Amino acid sequence: MPHRHAIRVLEAANCIILGKERELRLALTCLIARGHLLIEDVPGVGKTTLAHVIARLSGLQFQRIQFTSDLLPADIIGVSIFDRDATTFRFHPGPVFAQLILADEINRATPKTQSALLEAMEEHQVTADAETHVLPEPFFVIATQNPSHQIGTFPLPESQLDRFLMRIRLGYPDRSAERALLMGEDRRELLERQNAVIRPEDLLTLQRAAHGVTVAERLVDYVQALLGSTRHSPELAGGLSPRAGLGLIGAARAWALIDGRDHVLPEDVQTVFPHVAGHRLHAAGDGRSAPPELLAQLVRDVAVA
Amino acid sequence: MSDARAPSVVQQLWLLATTTTTLAPHATHLPAWLTAVCASLLGLRVLLSWRRGKVPHQALILLIAVAAGVGVKIDFGHFFGKDPGVALLAVLLCLKLLEGRSTRDIRAAILLSLFLQLGLFFYDQTLAIAGLALTGALLATITLLSLQDENAPPVAQLRTGAVLLAQGLPFMLILFVLFPRVQGPLWGLPADAYSGMSGLSDSMTPGSISQLGLSDAIAFRVEFHGSPPPPTQRYWRGPVLTSFDGRTWRTGRFTTAAEPAYVPAGPAYDYGLTLEPHNQNWLLALDFPPPGVPQARYTSDYRLVANAPVRTRARFNLRAYPTTAVGVDENRDVLTDAVRLPATFNPRSRALARDLATGTPSHDLILARTIEHLRRSDLTYTLNPPLLGTHAIDEFLFDTRRGFCEHFASAFVFVMRAAGVPARVVTGYQGGEINPIDRTLVVRQSDAHAWAEVWLAGRGWTRIDPTAVAAPRRIESGLAAALPEWEALPFMMRPSFSWLRDLRHHWEALSNTWNIWVLGYNPDRQQDLLKRIGFSRPDWRTLGLLLGLSAGILTLLLFIWAFALRQQRDPLDRAWSSFCRKLARHGAARHPWEGPVDYGKRLAMTFPRHAARLKDIAGRYARLRYGSSTDDRHVRDLVQCIRRLNLK
Repeated sequence: MPHRHAIRVLEAANCIILGKERELRLALTCLIARGHLLIEDVPGVGKTTLAHVIARLSGLQFQRIQFTSDLLPADIIGVSIFDRDATTFRFHPGPVFAQLILADEINRATPKTQSALLEAMEEHQVTADAETHVLPEPFFVIATQNPSHQIGTFPLPESQLDRFLMRIRLGYPDRSAERALLMGEDRRELLERQNAVIRPEDLLTLQRAAHGVTVAERLVDYVQALLGSTRHSPELAGGLSPRAGLGLIGAARAWALIDGRDHVLPEDVQTVFPHVAGHRLHAAGDGRSAPPELLAQLVRDVAVA
Repeated sequence: MSDARAPSVVQQLWLLATTTTTLAPHATHLPAWLTAVCASLLGLRVLLSWRRGKVPHQALILLIAVAAGVGVKIDFGHFFGKDPGVALLAVLLCLKLLEGRSTRDIRAAILLSLFLQLGLFFYDQTLAIAGLALTGALLATITLLSLQDENAPPVAQLRTGAVLLAQGLPFMLILFVLFPRVQGPLWGLPADAYSGMSGLSDSMTPGSISQLGLSDAIAFRVEFHGSPPPPTQRYWRGPVLTSFDGRTWRTGRFTTAAEPAYVPAGPAYDYGLTLEPHNQNWLLALDFPPPGVPQARYTSDYRLVANAPVRTRARFNLRAYPTTAVGVDENRDVLTDAVRLPATFNPRSRALARDLATGTPSHDLILARTIEHLRRSDLTYTLNPPLLGTHAIDEFLFDTRRGFCEHFASAFVFVMRAAGVPARVVTGYQGGEINPIDRTLVVRQSDAHAWAEVWLAGRGWTRIDPTAVAAPRRIESGLAAALPEWEALPFMMRPSFSWLRDLRHHWEALSNTWNIWVLGYNPDRQQDLLKRIGFSRPDWRTLGLLLGLSAGILTLLLFIWAFALRQQRDPLDRAWSSFCRKLARHGAARHPWEGPVDYGKRLAMTFPRHAARLKDIAGRYARLRYGSSTDDRHVRDLVQCIRRLNLK
């Protein structure tokens, strides 16, 4: 049963990151659906820890890239340096050559640097000096951005946001979770001691299994109705793309798999919908990303057949 | 479903109910011993089911079957015809039930039951029998349904069965209206089948009519086109009895060759009369019917006679002139016959007649004196007159002084004849009760009556009712009013059972409607109907064509309907909608955007007592709707589960 792997990861992760079960599950969903995750929140709520925990528990190679305004694409991808002994240029892979990348504060880098990463995310390969280098599998990017300090940042353009399958917000922990956090051990030490609970191959198995989750005709009808409602809503500036639709089904499949089911329910779609659609949709008036209430209303407007 | 599976208790109970409903009405005509055999076999079946006993050995069943066959052979003398056939089938059905090891046996038993339900109509076609047969068919349908799903609750089974039967209704109507009809029953019934019918006879001895006085059976029904005549004029003329042998009155000579003179006078009453079969030729008509009724001949004593014994319910449109004078120029021979008496009997009555006739040749005066004498003789009207000896009339007039109408009529006519006045006894019915529901006049066997006719010069045959002298209320208000309080009366005639009488009025009105519209739908009516819808000369080919056409159209419509229904909603959708509707009625409607599992969770919180069941249904629906398996059996299970869901 592949979904046992997922459960094991989640159980272990919940011991380290307290009170964020749903967010952890969503993050894992994104990973299983072969998508990249955007975490949008203020600093200090555990974005980095989350990425770290997932990498550690699933035995993935982890790389963290702190994005700054002077970061260059080569700093991410790597550079070719002339090797005097071999009298040839040799490629020195950058930090992007890892299985799980944490792109911290991605909106601080220049668009050029951002797009280097985003291309890598999309293609699962990088090109340097006309040479193509394939990235490792699985390849998973968790990018974070801070929504409140926008001065001196380069917000990701819509076309780039589309590359992220899901966006989540972590938010502050609730009272009891925060108390346990304050009184307990240092999370970092805890993480150091934690071993992987699954192997990277297991993650690939999970990804393949998610692909096999049944999507009934009736569910496709429902997803299409949902997509249609985003396209016709007067409160939105533009609807969801077909790629978003694919993402929606993929994420719902992964969510259903973690739930131990072999078929997708409308409930799965409804659960992942705000996270898949949220960063892709913009309110009609001010162009800001669609508020959660609007997303909830969109779901309520579409009948489950 | 395997046919070899042993039937469950529920299935057996349904089957038992079907069989009992089917066989019980047959008990009225099956030989008593056979009814007893059937009843004990059914009882044994119940006992076996209850005690979970073992099914008897096959050899024993075979033995009983052979014994019953021999019994039938001895009782009926042969195996041919409907009576022994039905008897044999009844026993075989009971044996099949006893044998019931598999669902295949149940199917066979149901088939037999359905056949025997049809067999009920061989004997009786009343509304009650139709109702019983329909109940039997419903039970049979439910039994067959229980073979498919034995766990469904009885109410659901009942509903499904009723729906199935109702779906057959349009076809039934088409077949009823359009199937080519033949005159009379489809199966040639032997004449002796009618020997049991009760009613008047063509002779009268003391006691023969008072026998009928206790019978509630309907003799005929009358619908007056206009207001009915007053009760004192409601004399329904039957056999006219002229010849007397000292004890028994019999019909005299009459002819239908030449119609007697009839001069209509006084008010006329038009009416339709529906005569129950009585296996006799004569018809009953309100005094005095004029000649000229198409289905009947007219006799010299002013009666209507059919060409053949009336063996099916028949309807006649008649007219009457109650106050007209008939027989003013009566034939000499008839008048001679009407004073003839046997020489030896009843000396005291003869003496009385001589007294009354002393000193006057006037028949009117003798008549008046006789009536006066009767009035003063302190005669009592009773349903239970004492037995009379050889000189019956003497004993009645001078000793016992208690009698029923036949005693009065007989004695009066005897005395009149002895005094030389032509007189005769007329039997028939007097009175009748108007059903307040449909305004028909219902005349029962208990209304049977005998009165007298006296021939007076210039006035012809004059009706004299000697009973009216002793018990005038008999004529005005019927039997119940005329009898003393302590006399045994037919149950229904007692005043204290008025609510029961109301019920009977309703039932009889309904039966009358059934008789007129269902049983009375004969070839003539069918032709009329077809002519009315535009077929000028309908024959059986037209009927066949119409029948095929309408049945075809109906089938097509049903197919289209079923197809549309299927297209519109598959069974899973229908089941889920009905589930949602059911819970909406309990105040927990599904939000349109709510997925099944979320809905199930919410329901589980709203109805904690049924939490597991509700979540299970919602979960199963979600799996079937969105999962990959498409097993119809699971859908059917879910449909049943939802149907059985009861939140009370």
